[in-house]
Amino acid sequence: MQSVGLPAEPLVVIQPTKRWSLLSFKDIWAYRELLFFLTWRDVKVRYKQTALGAAWAILQPLFMMIIFTIFFGRLAAVDSAGIPYPVFALAGLVPWTFFSNAITASGNSLVGSANLITKVYFPRLIVPAAAMLAGLVDFVLAFVLLILLMLYYQIVPTIQLLFLPVLVLLTALFSLGVGTWFSALNVKYRDVRFALPFLIQLWLFVSSVILPSSAIPAKWRWLLMLNPMSGIIEGYRSALFGLPFDWPALGIASGLTILTLLYAIYAFGRVERSFADII
Amino acid sequence: MQPIIRVQDLSKLYYLGRSAAAYSTFREVVMDVARLPLRYLRRAEEPASIWALKDVSFEIETGDVVGIIGRNGAGKSTLLKVLSRITEPTTGRVELYGRVASLLEVGTGFHPELTGRENIFLNGSILGMSRREIAAKFDEIVAFAEVEKFIDTPVKRYSSGMYVRLAFAVAAHLEPEILIVDEVLAVGDAAFQKKCLGRMRDVASAGRTVLFVSHNMAAVSALCTKAMVLWEGQVEYPLGGVEDAVQKYLTQVHKITKTTLAERTDRQGNGKVRIQDFASYDRDGNEVEYIASGQEVNFRVYYSSTQENVEGVTVAIGITSDTGAFVSMLSNQVAGESFQSIGRDGYFTCKIRKLPLAPGSYTASLIIRSNEAITDWIQQAVTIVVEPGDFFGTGRMPPQSHAGVLLEQEWTLNGNSSH
Repeated sequence: MQSVGLPAEPLVVIQPTKRWSLLSFKDIWAYRELLFFLTWRDVKVRYKQTALGAAWAILQPLFMMIIFTIFFGRLAAVDSAGIPYPVFALAGLVPWTFFSNAITASGNSLVGSANLITKVYFPRLIVPAAAMLAGLVDFVLAFVLLILLMLYYQIVPTIQLLFLPVLVLLTALFSLGVGTWFSALNVKYRDVRFALPFLIQLWLFVSSVILPSSAIPAKWRWLLMLNPMSGIIEGYRSALFGLPFDWPALGIASGLTILTLLYAIYAFGRVERSFADII
Repeated sequence: MQPIIRVQDLSKLYYLGRSAAAYSTFREVVMDVARLPLRYLRRAEEPASIWALKDVSFEIETGDVVGIIGRNGAGKSTLLKVLSRITEPTTGRVELYGRVASLLEVGTGFHPELTGRENIFLNGSILGMSRREIAAKFDEIVAFAEVEKFIDTPVKRYSSGMYVRLAFAVAAHLEPEILIVDEVLAVGDAAFQKKCLGRMRDVASAGRTVLFVSHNMAAVSALCTKAMVLWEGQVEYPLGGVEDAVQKYLTQVHKITKTTLAERTDRQGNGKVRIQDFASYDRDGNEVEYIASGQEVNFRVYYSSTQENVEGVTVAIGITSDTGAFVSMLSNQVAGESFQSIGRDGYFTCKIRKLPLAPGSYTASLIIRSNEAITDWIQQAVTIVVEPGDFFGTGRMPPQSHAGVLLEQEWTLNGNSSH
C-alpha cells in the first residue's frame, strides 16, 4: 500500500555535478518564496537598532550631493549639461548608491549566511540575489528625494521617462552580476571584504556621477564605455531630464551587463558545490 | 518493494589540507609559503585526504524509521549532509523518491531581531514550506511551542528554552515524505524532549520515512525500526534490526577502547601535551583492571609533553554510560586544583574516595587543555568496567535496572501509631 504513492522517477538525484552543468532555473523558480523571504528579512533587519532608521537610505545620497555640489558644482563649476548641479549629481548618486550598497551586501552575503549554507539546501544564488533585491527598497526611498528635488527645480520629465524601468532593470542585473561574483570570491578570499570598499571608491570616479561623460575628452570616452555604470547613469539623466540618449554607450553597457552576469553565474556555479566544505 | 531512498556506492573525499585552511587571505598564502618546510614535516604524519564516506550503499523503504549509529567521525554527519544536498558526493549516486526536509539543527536562519511570528515564516520557508502551508499551521506551531504571549516579541528577548521550543515547533510541523534528523532531540528540557520524541513517532506512524542520527542508543532503540552502523566512513553493519545494530556498535566501541591510547589516531588538539595511557589504581597503589562500586579508586592519566613548561593545564575525564548518556565529568578545574606548570612527562591522578557508579560498563573520554586550548582530546578513550561492590555497607544493591548512580542515604521514619 505504501509504494503506491511513489513516483516512478526519482524526485531528486544526487551525484557529483559535471563541470559545465548549467544553472538550474527550475530550481530557483521552485525556491522563489525563499528568495522573497530572505529579501524581506534583509529589508526588515537592515535598520533595526539604528536611531535614524530608514532615513539612512535618503541621507547617504543627500549628503554626498551636498558635498559634491559644494566642491564640484560651486568651486570647480563643473559643466552639467544645463541641468542644475545638485539635481544632476543626485540623479547619478541615487543609482550609484544602490549599486555600491548592492554589491557590498551581495559580496558579503554568502559568508554572512554560512549558518544557512551548512545546514539547509537551496539554490545558493538566492543569497546574493536577495541581498541585492533588498537594496531596491532604499533605492525607491532615495528616488522620492530625487523627485522632490526635480519638482523644486521645476524640471518636467518628457516621454523618455518611460525608459526608466529598463534602466532600473539594467542596474539591478549589473549589481547582481558583480555582487554574485564577489560573493563567490569572498568564500575563498576574505580579502574581498577589504578590497570592495576601496574598489567602490575608485569606481565612483569613473562612473559619470560627478562629471558628465561629455566632460571627458572624446579621445578617451570609449574607455568610459567599458564601465557599464557610466552608460547606465548617463541613461538615467537622459530619461529624467529629457536629454538625448547615448545609444552606443547604453548598448555596450547592456551587452557588458549580460556578459558579467553570465560569467558571474558560471564562476558562482563552479565554486557553489564546495561552499559548504570551505565556508 | 520500491525503495524511497536508494544510495549507491556513495563516497565523499575531504582534503584535510584544504579544509584546515578553511579560507585564506593573501597574507596567509604568503605565510604558508614561508612555513612550507614545516608543513612538509607535518604532512608526513597525517594523510592529505580522508574518505568521510566510502562506497556506502543502502535502500530505505517507505515508512521505515532508520537509525544511523556511529562514533564521531564515522561519517554519519557527512552522510546526512550529502542526503540533504548540502555537500556533494565525490562519487556515487542517491535517488530520492520523495520530498526531503532535513533538520541538521533547529532554528536555522532564525534572526534575533525578528519576532516569533516573523521567524516562523522565515524558518518555515528555509525548511521548504510554502507560505500557504505555514499560514495554515501557524496556530498549531505557536501552541506546540507554548509561546502565544510572546509571538510578537523579537526572539532575542526569548529565554533559551522558548527559543528552542519555537525552533523545534516549526520543524516538527514539516510534512515531507522523508525527514532527516540529526540529534536535535538533545535540546530543551526533559518534558519538551518527550514531546519531540512523541512528535517524531507520529511522523513515523503517518507512513513517512525518517532518518535519524544519534549517539543516544536509548533514543535509537525507542524510535527506530531499523538501524545501520557506520564505521570510518563504511557500512559496518548493514541496515537491519535495531537491537543487533546497537549491540554491534557497542562491541566496536569496546574494541577500539582496547587500542593503546598512545597509538590512537582519532584524536584532536594541538598535540602539545598528549595523552599516553589511562589506568585505574586501588587504594594501595596496585593497578586494577576492574573497579568496584563503593571502593576508593585512583584514575591516572599519563601524558607526555613536547615542551618543558606547559602552563595552565586542565585535565578532564568525561564518563558516559553504555547507552551514550552522560554520567559525570571529573576535572581538576571543578575540583579547584590547578596545574600551573607540568614537566615533560608524568601522570595526573584523580582520586575518588568512594566510587558512586553502579555496576556496568562505562566509556570515558579524555581531554587535556592548556590555557583553554585543547592539546589532546580522545573521545571514547577507554572502557571502564565497574563490578558490583558493597557501596552502602549493607551488602545490598538497587536492582540492576534501577541502578544509575549510587547515593549515600539515610532513612528515618516519623509515624504516629493509630491508638
